[in-house]
Amino acid sequence: MGMTIAEKILAFHAGKEEVKPGEIINAKVDIALGNDITAPIAIKALREMGVEKVFDPDRVVLVPDHFTPNKDIKSAQQCKMLREFAREQGLTYYFEVGSVGIEHALLPEQGIVVPGDLVIGADSHTCTYGALGAFATGVGSTDLAAAMITGEIWLRVPESILFVYTGKRGRWVTGKDMILETIGRIGVDGARYMAMEFVGEAITDLPMEERLTMSNMAIEAGGKTGIIPPDKETLEFANARAKRPYEVFSSDEDAHYARVVEIDVSSLEPVVALPHLPENVKPVSELPEITIDQVVIGSCTNGRIRDLRQAAEILKGNRVHPNVRLIIIPATQKIYHQAMTEGLFDVFLSAGAAISTPTCGPCLGGHMGVLAEGERAVATTNRNFVGRMGHPKSEVYLASPYVAAASAVAGRIAHPEEVI
Amino acid sequence: MIEGKAWVFGDHIDTDVIIPARYLNTSDPEELGRHCMEDADPDFAKKIVKGDIIVAGENFGCGSSREHAPIAIKAAGISCVIAKSFARIFYRNSFNMGLPILESPEAVEGIKEGDVVRVDLSTGTIENVSSGKSFKAVPIPPFMQELLEVGGLMPYVARKMGLEVRR
Ligand code: SF4
Repeated sequence: MGMTIAEKILAFHAGKEEVKPGEIINAKVDIALGNDITAPIAIKALREMGVEKVFDPDRVVLVPDHFTPNKDIKSAQQCKMLREFAREQGLTYYFEVGSVGIEHALLPEQGIVVPGDLVIGADSHTCTYGALGAFATGVGSTDLAAAMITGEIWLRVPESILFVYTGKRGRWVTGKDMILETIGRIGVDGARYMAMEFVGEAITDLPMEERLTMSNMAIEAGGKTGIIPPDKETLEFANARAKRPYEVFSSDEDAHYARVVEIDVSSLEPVVALPHLPENVKPVSELPEITIDQVVIGSCTNGRIRDLRQAAEILKGNRVHPNVRLIIIPATQKIYHQAMTEGLFDVFLSAGAAISTPTCGPCLGGHMGVLAEGERAVATTNRNFVGRMGHPKSEVYLASPYVAAASAVAGRIAHPEEVI
Repeated sequence: MIEGKAWVFGDHIDTDVIIPARYLNTSDPEELGRHCMEDADPDFAKKIVKGDIIVAGENFGCGSSREHAPIAIKAAGISCVIAKSFARIFYRNSFNMGLPILESPEAVEGIKEGDVVRVDLSTGTIENVSSGKSFKAVPIPPFMQELLEVGGLMPYVARKMGLEVRR
């Protein structure tokens, strides 16, 4: 019996010829990642065990991105803990404000994660790196601590679901719409404990940045990872930045899948996930008038340069609606710089948007745009749970940068065509 | 043996509900415990008595990987969570840090808010003392059982590496 790409990567890292779904393995990790929320607990665990050195200072990555620039004294303390630990351990990849970015945008951009890797991160959206053909999955802080010490992780080999995307996308349909549509179809637990594998002509067609958006949201369907077998696009992306040599894996023809889901993207329209679950997906064209108070364009889902360019396409020559606050957050310092050089800031500022330094900020209701009671936001982020962006009685609508920008102009959820 | 009053929740209780991100600027268990389930029920942490049990529907603990979620539940005084199913990372985290969790759709169907529930972790038996009905939880894989027996992942790693946990 053949193996899927996910099974092959796991077998390789477990030093086995073959693995089967359901099996529990012990595997070597290429990268272990933590942030300013999750790493402090892991660091404490290490201290309690009297461990003096992490397994490899090149492979433990710490990214203070959630509450930075430090939003209050408590978060400053947490960040300080990361900083001191990174210095003491001589970590190669620790990023300070001024070079930091949102972890899942930063690691692929910097070539820290490469195809074929096994990556664990104490952050659920670690699954983002699946877009590079890596097996990447989110874990908790204790798992991170164990991996920081041993360089290994215990994993249950997941079943895989194959998602085949056919057809050609319409003008305003992005990777974000494709993944929202997918979650809408299978539900927020449709891929629970499973690996999602994305293939088909519409994936081949998709630029890396939008692939990263898709893999990013695998967790929103309960998936363990969202993996895209490497192709030309992957290799071009990786070759331009890889910090290490890498290995390319692909699924066998006779690999076994728990389920196959086919999605024809030519029939898709821009969609929105309504509160309070990412599975509440509706085409923008079918929505009643939904007025909004805030729009956030950013996050590990849609804060990359392509996303900002798409937003600028809509905002150029337009003004943000007087009742709306538009907050744009480039996901990394490099993207921030690039957006500035390309003249996107000019478009954003002329439209009346606020631009923030890279941070997770409002995505998790942390800072830089928290919602009040009864307020509604359209966000290019990945979660619209109760209270996710602030008050438990606020609402978040998930959308692509096109729809988010169009909504900022219209003052209500809008199709890009309405404002362009 | 665990015994406590049941607090019943629905499907897809996410980690933002279990412990809202606005409190994640600390990892102090006591403080996290005070805000446990706050966005579902603002008085939850005050109402519960030590040893009480959370009973929930499908996909409990979905969303972020924050270990603050099982930490908050434990610190609030909840002795165990029974759900129809658990989200993957929450499931791992609970075993890793020693919060007992049991999967049993039948038990969840058969328990009402306020019922007194008794749980035998060694056999996976869930008894609704109020109604007299008994249920069996989905068995735990042997490896996870081993984790529970040694007290979680850190003691497990310590034993493997010949280290000592200092608390
Ligand atoms: S941007 Fe949002 S989803 Fe992404 S890592 Fe930050 S908080 Fe998590």
